[in-house]
Amino acid sequence: MKIGVCLKQVPATDTRIRINADATAILTDDVKFEINPYDEYALEEALRLKQAGKATEVITFTVGGADAEARIRDGLARGADRAVRIDDPALAGSDGLGLARVLAAALKAEGVGLVFAGRQSVDGDSSTVPAMIAELMGASQVSWVDKFEVEGDAFTAQRAAGGGMREVVTGKLPVVASCDKGLNTPRYATLPGILKAKSKKIGVMSVAELGVDAGSVGAGAALVTFTNMGPPPERPAGRILSGDTASAVSELVRLLRDEAKVI
Amino acid sequence: MSNEILVFCEFEGGAPRKTALELLQRAVALGAGPVSALVIGNADSSALGANGAHKVYQVSAPALASYSTGAYTKAFAAALAASGAGTLIASASSIARDALPRLAARLGAGLGVECTELRNAGGRIVGRRPVYAGKALVDVNIQSPVAIFTLRPNSYPVGPAPGGSASVVLVDAGITEADVDVKVVGTLAPDSTAVDLTEAERIVSGGRSLKSKEQFDAVVRPLAAALGATAGASRAAVDAGYAGHGEQVGQTGKVVNPSLYIALGISGAIQHLAGMRTSRVIVAVNKDPEAPIFQFATYGIVGDLFEVAPMLQAELARG
Ligand SMILES: Cc1cc2nc3c(=O)[nH]c(=O)nc-3n(C[C@H](O)[C@H](O)[C@H](O)COP(=O)(O)OP(=O)(O)OC[C@H]3O[C@@H](n4cnc5c(N)ncnc54)[C@H](O)[C@@H]3O)c2cc1C
Ligand SMILES: Nc1ncnc2c1ncn2[C@@H]1O[C@H](COP(=O)(O)O)[C@@H](O)[C@H]1O
Repeated sequence: MKIGVCLKQVPATDTRIRINADATAILTDDVKFEINPYDEYALEEALRLKQAGKATEVITFTVGGADAEARIRDGLARGADRAVRIDDPALAGSDGLGLARVLAAALKAEGVGLVFAGRQSVDGDSSTVPAMIAELMGASQVSWVDKFEVEGDAFTAQRAAGGGMREVVTGKLPVVASCDKGLNTPRYATLPGILKAKSKKIGVMSVAELGVDAGSVGAGAALVTFTNMGPPPERPAGRILSGDTASAVSELVRLLRDEAKVI
Repeated sequence: MSNEILVFCEFEGGAPRKTALELLQRAVALGAGPVSALVIGNADSSALGANGAHKVYQVSAPALASYSTGAYTKAFAAALAASGAGTLIASASSIARDALPRLAARLGAGLGVECTELRNAGGRIVGRRPVYAGKALVDVNIQSPVAIFTLRPNSYPVGPAPGGSASVVLVDAGITEADVDVKVVGTLAPDSTAVDLTEAERIVSGGRSLKSKEQFDAVVRPLAAALGATAGASRAAVDAGYAGHGEQVGQTGKVVNPSLYIALGISGAIQHLAGMRTSRVIVAVNKDPEAPIFQFATYGIVGDLFEVAPMLQAELARG
């Protein structure tokens, strides 16, 4: 069985945000990119299943420009066998559904039986692409897993449910699982891994090569658009409660009760 | 599509969750169209009318007794079709996060998730939500005939029920066991009886400075219990094993939105702030007066948490 891993590059989590002139997106010229942290769990889980003999090949899938290749190479250095990068001018301005369309087409074309994605991209923080891919592939899905096992064509997973409860779920492959923190501890690339990755293949695919209608992706097909991007409202200046600890604490309780009315 | 707004109402222990009332009341306040409720399962939906729903669309079937993506997605689709509503809103719960993107892909409907604001822009509903872990906010505009939004819990206050009643429309979605694609075979109890972090009204979090699981349990949890709060933690505390993975607050943990957030010995790294910066009141206790968390705190105490937390607990007990 082949395992597909959705791997996206995102601005490093400590990036300072600068917003573009039409307030629709951030400026990315001097931003440092990383593998989306949740996609690291996704890749790790795939690599572990391959090591356990449950998969023949681990392939990463990325929608992104040539500048994403450094992150894709990192994935190959960690142990992925090869990579598919989907890149096409027609994709500019795609919403989540547009991205899911091409990812689903690419995953299907490779015949993967199991897909791991991240819980959410830490740029848009949407958490929508994996379930959309599952629907478009006709696969089942399981969201935000922190434990995953596969046996033959069946899987068992654990995930957070409402009210702080956790659920154990089972289902059949093919499945798209979105991975949460706690699933595993991602490995780093080793030097031999980095050397080996140099000869691994990154296949670049266009929308037409995937058999996707260019009119169903990109800005023209986007059902969701972002406007009016701005900084969060300033928090009013806070107050440091001075004096000895005992008086600061009783002042705090008074403020929480009488001023803020939160207790 | 009509201008009707369909509000997905979740139940717990036979009663609507607080998030359901928050959504209904907000939907009514939008004034963008009649508000109806969607109930999946066989809960008693009579309380929803009093909170502003004029109609309840109820989809029930034995196969909906516990959550599954397949059966629920079908239920959502059937209710949207039966009501003809142009807008579906739901709380950003685990059900909504799982089922609604799948529904959106099935229907070709635009989906705006994790909103902290919903407003009426000339009859059209527009969301506003944090992106980049709350470092920016953005308007979410939906172009499709059916628009779906999710709203983060505690985005709007819940007022007293305005009163009223709703008629119940039973929707037959033809759901059978065959629609249960991924089956729940077990439920694991939460680590504590406290409210889920993402819905909690009050949170007390501890950081690396707690130094051990024993001290975390002896200092953070009792203070949380005294406040009727849920315990949370920084990633440093979680990685060190002082608290559970599910208790991490931040960019790669839970995003919380309580009215009170108390940070004990947490420096206020940008990834931690990402998870809690929208809290209404933030209290920071840190021995370093330069700790970045103080720039976000409503009230701060510069001091040793091992001294402050027990004192605070005692002061609360005094009433
Ligand atoms: C990709 C990525 C994702 C991340 N995601 C998250 C996330 O989701 N959540 C998260 O929290 N972090 C996250 N981090 C980590 C984050 O950058 C910080 O390392 C982390 O938040 C620090 O935790 P801390 O505040 O407990 O520890 P520290 O930064 O070490 O701070 C400890 C604080 O305690 C104070 N202190 C020490 N002793 C006492 C005492 N006795 N009394 C009072 N104060 C005391 C110190 O002055 C200090 O300010 C992420 C990092 C990366 C790179
Ligand atoms: N451009 C992309 N390329 C590859 N995978 C992606 C892309 N966008 C989203 N994904 C996958 O979908 C997950 C959730 O993303 P999102 O729905 O954008 O929050 C990510 O963690 C990735 O695994």
